[in-house]
Amino acid sequence: MDHENCSELLKSIEDYLDGDIQPEVCTMLEEHIRGCQNCRIVVDTLRKTISLYHDEARQDVMPEAMREHLYIELNLMDYLPRSRK
Amino acid sequence: MNSTVSKREIDLNLLKQGDRGELAALVEQFSNPVYRIAMNILHSEQDAEDIIQETFIKVIHGIQNFEGRSSLATWVYRIAVNEALMATRRMKGTLVSIDAETDTGEGETSPVEIEDWCCRPEVETMDAELRREMDQAIARLPEKLRIVFQLRDMEDLSIRETAQVLGLTESAVKTRLLRARLILREELTHYFQGSSQG
Repeated sequence: MDHENCSELLKSIEDYLDGDIQPEVCTMLEEHIRGCQNCRIVVDTLRKTISLYHDEARQDVMPEAMREHLYIELNLMDYLPRSRK
Repeated sequence: MNSTVSKREIDLNLLKQGDRGELAALVEQFSNPVYRIAMNILHSEQDAEDIIQETFIKVIHGIQNFEGRSSLATWVYRIAVNEALMATRRMKGTLVSIDAETDTGEGETSPVEIEDWCCRPEVETMDAELRREMDQAIARLPEKLRIVFQLRDMEDLSIRETAQVLGLTESAVKTRLLRARLILREELTHYFQGSSQG
């Protein structure tokens, strides 16, 4: 894959990021990325974008009042985790 | 605040027998993801709260008919997505399904901005301004891309599970996921370019 065909990378990048790629295509891509700074930056920043949103989601939790309402609505108040009562 | 909840296998038989402890375990395990799904579609805590309650009520009522052909998570998320989408359609007064092709968002997006922002200090600390920018960027995504990105990259569903939740082919999920990832990467790159200049 030469530098004129960097956009070709995009066709396989999805499978590459998800680790669902043929070993020989993976080797070819990694070889290209090692020699192409722009593609390396795109892959690195794509990975970082995904991990930022993934990490942010872990911090985005249901407000306590809403959780209490839910447990009340479902008649589960006695199961509301103790730290939240 | 950390949302990590120790995930354990929910016992479907106990659930079907009406075991309240098992139901509470299910609610504890899925309430945060269902909250995020509802918020990402409705953008309103008040509207989301109704949908979350409706989702779990439907889960309780439907559990007898759940045959386990998909995972429990896939089934719960599908109910949540459908409830939230129906609510948003009602509010907008339109009827468009998630797989309708009338929305934008299927075209390819090639990376344009090249800047290596991976090691910026604000990325490591994920400061409030960056979080705000991330929230705004994902809110700007077309809905059909946003839901795919959320289920796959934020809620950890597989491509196959995401396809099952949304009633899409795996190929359509991959196409939308790539586009969503590229758009968000581009938006964050613009943000970091702006912050380094200003």
